[in-house]
Amino acid sequence: MGADDFTIELDGLTKSFPDVRAVDRLSFKVARGEIFGLVGPDGAGKTTTMRMLAGVLAPDAGSARVAGYDMTRDPEGAKQHISYMPQRFGLYEELTVDENIRFYADLFGVARAERETRAAELLQAAGMVEFRSRLAGKLSGGMKQKLGLVCALVHTPEVILLDEPTNGVDPVSRRDFWRILYTLLDQGVTILTSTAYLDEAERCHRVALLHEGRMLFCDTPENLKGNLDGAVVSVVCAEPRPVKELISGMEGISTMMIVGDGLHLVVREPGRMIPELRARIAAAGLEVDSVEEVAPSIEDLFVEAVQKKKGEKP
Amino acid sequence: MNWNRLRAMARKEMIQIRRDARSIGIVIAMPIVMLLAFGYGVSFDTKHIPVYVYDREQSQASRDFLKRFQSSRYFNVVRSVGNYPELVHAVDAGTCQIGIVIPPDFSARLGSGQAVRIQAIFDGTDSNSASLGMSYTEAVAQAHSAKLQLEWLRARGQGSVRAPLSVDSRTWFNENLESMVTIVPGVVAMVMAVVGTFLTSLTVAREWERGTMEQLISTPVTPLEIMLGKLLPYVAIGLIDTSVCAIMAVWWFEVPFRGHIWVFLLSTTLFLTVVLSLGYFFSVVAKTQLAASQISLIATFLPAFLLSGFVYPIDQMPAVVQGITHIVPARYYMAILRNVFLKGSSVFNMWPDFFGLALFAAILGLAATRIFRKKLT
Repeated sequence: MGADDFTIELDGLTKSFPDVRAVDRLSFKVARGEIFGLVGPDGAGKTTTMRMLAGVLAPDAGSARVAGYDMTRDPEGAKQHISYMPQRFGLYEELTVDENIRFYADLFGVARAERETRAAELLQAAGMVEFRSRLAGKLSGGMKQKLGLVCALVHTPEVILLDEPTNGVDPVSRRDFWRILYTLLDQGVTILTSTAYLDEAERCHRVALLHEGRMLFCDTPENLKGNLDGAVVSVVCAEPRPVKELISGMEGISTMMIVGDGLHLVVREPGRMIPELRARIAAAGLEVDSVEEVAPSIEDLFVEAVQKKKGEKP
Repeated sequence: MNWNRLRAMARKEMIQIRRDARSIGIVIAMPIVMLLAFGYGVSFDTKHIPVYVYDREQSQASRDFLKRFQSSRYFNVVRSVGNYPELVHAVDAGTCQIGIVIPPDFSARLGSGQAVRIQAIFDGTDSNSASLGMSYTEAVAQAHSAKLQLEWLRARGQGSVRAPLSVDSRTWFNENLESMVTIVPGVVAMVMAVVGTFLTSLTVAREWERGTMEQLISTPVTPLEIMLGKLLPYVAIGLIDTSVCAIMAVWWFEVPFRGHIWVFLLSTTLFLTVVLSLGYFFSVVAKTQLAASQISLIATFLPAFLLSGFVYPIDQMPAVVQGITHIVPARYYMAILRNVFLKGSSVFNMWPDFFGLALFAAILGLAATRIFRKKLT
């Protein structure tokens, strides 16, 4: 691929705030037509990275090129070609759906006829046609996010930056959201999204795992899962802490993580370990609902990757 | 500068003002309420001072004299009392501000050509009213003396006697010397200083608070377009507000408007540029609506009230304070409005004030175009 095939390029991008280095020498490239996911816990630097790429926050060091523009030298030139959807709803609640769309269309210099066709298409895809004259403040959370996407897409961007776009959005709206994004990918648009939903991260062509401002891994979801040494065993129980204490000394468990419904373990030989675990827990008289192997999620990979990093640099 | 983006910003701002009940309140109610409150509340006239009299003689002569108080609009003879303690009590209780005591030998002494001493007691807790009351009382006594003297001379056959000196006063521009006439144009200036700054102090801070700013600065809109788009609707609103205030001044408070409407509109536009830019400036710096509105109230209300010549005449101030008034833009607008209303002055008559106002409009307007940064911090 030539240089022009990458519409987003970061090289050593760094940003510090008074008490924390939010983004630390981050480098990666996103190809035209690719959907790229940024994954990591709160405070990993996802939002700060998005803001620097959107040209609304100045980096301390390093460089970023978006849609062919150097974001330190000419962020304003790039803005015409970027759609940015911040994490927090950024539209005007006193304006109707149509008025918000018109406002953003005007700011991007979209001609009236084009605006009308594009808005009609996008609203149709978002399932929002009947809400055109409703005030944005009166929309549900999912509708607001979809309106944010419609406004961001009413001009024809080369690069779309979405910061946790489906956070707090109902499943139906999330599906609409992704359908719109895939349509755009077919048209050669590049999408960078951050997400807290792991199933969404798995929809991306490639994902980068961020931790404390640094990138741990960057690969396709399939390859990342292949990197995992062993399998993920889920222990479903109401009280995970005593279980964790009980089994913490056992051989063959590389990672333990408390999750919403119990405990996730990464083990080398699930076939041998699962009966052993069941026996040990039963002997101690602890109550668990199930002990089973599950498909690894991005979160499991993430925890495993963080553990490995710690192991490499003692 | 892109005309379409500017228009989009201004249109968005207008829609927001129209749909936000609080904005509507500030835009429509605040100027009218302030004008009424100050127009009626701030009065420097001392009229109808309550007077108690203790007439110890009850003669035709004493009643003639007391009638002069009754007929003057400066006094209001509330009661006639029958003893001294009652009078003292009325002054103590504040039911009257002046107590007048006519001696029992009033007509006897007059008849014999002796000097009559009338006692007048003043409530000095409000020294301004007391000294005005004192001079009005003296004026009444003197006028009555002169009349008695003439009658006495006529009675002695001196047919054509004229008073040796008299002052024929005429007050120009404010014929009845009513303080309301000078106050109301000043109130218009003050109201616009406060309302104008307040209006724009909310606009940018609101976008930061509600999270709309992050999305806005990710678009190609320029800082100049943001500023002008936010200020232009308020210039229009400010001109309407000032005109409403001016119309109320003329029709409700009966203040004469003798100048040209375009002198009024020109000075108002310049002043609005000053105050709206200032409010925008505070809004950009403060980033929260509460802080911005408080800064703007403090920064405009007190200087406009105390240092613009509204309450205290500037030429009576100590030299240092007079110097400070030059950096209070309301000072120039206040002077222009009073002159336009009462004197009908032209721009040429008032060029130093216009120059001062234009200078501030240029400085603050330019500063406002530079203050905004399309970046988060």
